[in-house]
Amino acid sequence: MSATPLPRSSSFRLSDVFATSLSGLTTRKLRTALSALGITIGIGAMVAVLGLSRSGSAELEDRIAALGTNLLQVSAGQGFGGGDAALPEESVSMISRIGPVISVAAVGAVDRDVLLNDVVNPAQTGGLTVKTADPNLLEAVNGTLAVGRFIDSTTGATPTTVLGSVTAERLGIRSVDGTQVLIGGEWFTVVGILSSFDDQSDEVETPLFNDLDRAAFIGVDIAEQLFETTRSPETIYVRTTESAIDDVLSVLPATADPENPEEVEVTRPTDALEAQEAAESTFDNLFLGLGAVALLVGGIGIANVMVIAVIERRNEIGLRRALGATRAHVRRQFLLEALLLSVLGGVAGVLLGAGVTAFWASNQGWRIVIPPEAIVGGLIAAVVIGALAGLYPAMRAARLAPTEALRAS
Amino acid sequence: MSAIQADATEATKESSIPALQLRGVVKEYPGSPPVRALNGVDLTVSRGELAAVVGPSGSGKSTMLHVMGTLDRPTQGSVHIAGHEVSSLSDRRLSAVRSELVGFVFQQFFLLDGETALDNVATGLLYSGISARKRRVAAAETLDRVGLADRMTHRPNELSGGERQRVAIARALVARPELVLADEPTGNLDSKTSESIEALLHELNSEGATIIVVTHDNELADSLPRQVRFRDGEIEFDSKETS
Repeated sequence: MSATPLPRSSSFRLSDVFATSLSGLTTRKLRTALSALGITIGIGAMVAVLGLSRSGSAELEDRIAALGTNLLQVSAGQGFGGGDAALPEESVSMISRIGPVISVAAVGAVDRDVLLNDVVNPAQTGGLTVKTADPNLLEAVNGTLAVGRFIDSTTGATPTTVLGSVTAERLGIRSVDGTQVLIGGEWFTVVGILSSFDDQSDEVETPLFNDLDRAAFIGVDIAEQLFETTRSPETIYVRTTESAIDDVLSVLPATADPENPEEVEVTRPTDALEAQEAAESTFDNLFLGLGAVALLVGGIGIANVMVIAVIERRNEIGLRRALGATRAHVRRQFLLEALLLSVLGGVAGVLLGAGVTAFWASNQGWRIVIPPEAIVGGLIAAVVIGALAGLYPAMRAARLAPTEALRAS
Repeated sequence: MSAIQADATEATKESSIPALQLRGVVKEYPGSPPVRALNGVDLTVSRGELAAVVGPSGSGKSTMLHVMGTLDRPTQGSVHIAGHEVSSLSDRRLSAVRSELVGFVFQQFFLLDGETALDNVATGLLYSGISARKRRVAAAETLDRVGLADRMTHRPNELSGGERQRVAIARALVARPELVLADEPTGNLDSKTSESIEALLHELNSEGATIIVVTHDNELADSLPRQVRFRDGEIEFDSKETS
């Protein structure tokens, strides 16, 4: 007997595998949604943690960038006697002679109050300080003016003042059209108000921000003339070239005060922000760990649902074998179903995580950053979990003998 | 010999090949003692026949269904479907046999709940490598043949029992198989619906389909042109042999 040759195998087109697996999921919508939920929560948590941490760091990075990592702050440390030591008067000019230094500006202490007028209780404006400032202070600290102008060498000799943002706010001053304030019993004309150094978030405090935002600046000459202050600086801000920071840092104490270099404190204001960034990222690992646990549980959930599906859908498996499906076709169908289930959960998780990030970041006034590697990573994780979770159930489905599978349930 | 002549010879040859031929088929299930469900069965079903394999439960007719449909391999003996010896084929090749040559109708219908009648019928061609569009065209034609042209977009839960079985029959026929195996096709249906399914089987047979109905229902069996009666794994009576 002869006959037309048979194909070596039946076939199951890739598009049909997809359609079949998809139909397996859409037939049981509630179960599909519930079993994908575990993956959604896990991936959502991970994307949100990465997104929020990245948005938060973006915020800090913006501030670090605004400040510049090449800014150094020199101040007098504690003297041997316990009292504040002062920096020598000539330290500014000494520092400016260091090669890589771009600009140097000093701020000096003035032990006087700043008041709106002579009837205000000084206690109401507590916490505000009066400082002398070099004309190039803003250049050195990357500061900007909200209104008006800064003290220059001419106005520095006259009773004019520039207010820090907090100072201006406390005194209720928003414009500079001839407004006067009382400093140490003398009337000073406000010629400028600085933008805040700390305008985005007050979680991070550096002495730099506090000092400058809460000060009223006057010229060195007028301070000396009216209040008999010394010309020795309290703090010196040093801007150097980026590449020479470490070198400058090491020679600064001896340059600022050759006699007592050990009493000179040199700090880098961006260090505090960088420390904050590092502190926040330690929490990231904790939450990423929790997200990973949720993913694991989600994966086990999918495996569980698929094992039950294989038992419940025995007849369907038998039918498909009777219609010509090979073992491999059945395996493919169930594996892809688990994969799609997991990817569905993963896509929902990415959207959820991105949504949470966008909501929270915009609530905090942060720049919204959703790291692409979190999205890609989340989806890859979903695929891997789906494949692992689907493997065993799919093999079981494929191993089921057609005669067994077709038995009435 | 030209190609056309060769084709013609092939066609004449093929028409003489029986749809199904079993020779000395033994099926034993392991155990102690082993159970011999089929004990030396010889059966030939020609093309265009409508036959009943009938017997009480435990007579071996379910095993017959599985062996005839290549869902199970015989322990001994040979099974030919449309000339292809299938008893020793690999699982993969048997899948191809089922996809191309055999159609099944089950007592419980086994329709996919989430799919329309049209798509359920189209799954009869799902593993044949035909495009989805062509499968649907063929499915629509076949649904029309079983009288369900107006139920194409209904889902199984929107159909009556008789309509569901018609959908299942259409699914078995859509690939134009050499052999249709129907396992208790009226087992879940009331007597009136059973009659209409019976009539449909006759009609499809008259249009050329080779159909074997496996049943314990003597009444159904007697309504068919040929009865092959089983008892204890052996053919007790074959109406074709005696006539």
